[in-house]
Amino acid sequence: MKLLYFAWVRTNIGKAEEEVVAPDHVQTVEHLLDWLATLGPQYAAALDRRNVIKVAINHEYVEHDHPVRPDDEIALFPPVTGG
Amino acid sequence: MIKVQREDFDIGAELASLTAGNTKIGGLATFVGLVRDLADQGAVAAMTLEHYPGMTERRLAEIEAEARSRWPLEGVLIIHRYGKLEPGDRIVLVATTSAHRQAALDSCAFLIDWLKTKAPFWKLEEGAKGAAWVEAKESDDRAADKWKR
Repeated sequence: MKLLYFAWVRTNIGKAEEEVVAPDHVQTVEHLLDWLATLGPQYAAALDRRNVIKVAINHEYVEHDHPVRPDDEIALFPPVTGG
Repeated sequence: MIKVQREDFDIGAELASLTAGNTKIGGLATFVGLVRDLADQGAVAAMTLEHYPGMTERRLAEIEAEARSRWPLEGVLIIHRYGKLEPGDRIVLVATTSAHRQAALDSCAFLIDWLKTKAPFWKLEEGAKGAAWVEAKESDDRAADKWKR
């Protein structure tokens, strides 16, 4: 799956995007966040405030219990602050 | 119409274009957002707006469609800038036209309230103490919630 990071999720993780192959047990957004947080201290820091992280799959907002698929584009970001 | 762009915009020219040739329009409402020089963390020297290309345009188009479903609108224009801006710079223009003022005024307020909580933009403010990401405000959520059906 293709992961995109924005704002402080991006600056904490240290990259804007990456292609990952998640383990089979990663079936939902929540599983994905749990798994990513184990990849290193920068991921753990970026995902520390887990409940405020917004998620979009293929440009659509989803909740943390939404399923994830290998061909998804999944974006993780803080609450938006435009306008 | 949705425009997501780095460049500044000419408010007069944009509004003239929005109303040109349509004499059914009786009211035009606008909101323009500007970069302030004072924020929660202190003085702001510059602001960088980041967004999610692709998703931004889709969400803004969805917000426009929602406004058109609620009010009898002739025209809708949303211009939102990204990149590095300075205090006084224009960030966003929302303009709506309708036969009557109330639909134009209400839909314009609706559009900016929903845009602020749904369009994927993030502000990074640079000040004397360094750079900091702007935190989302509960007051913005409440402003958007009052339009929920």
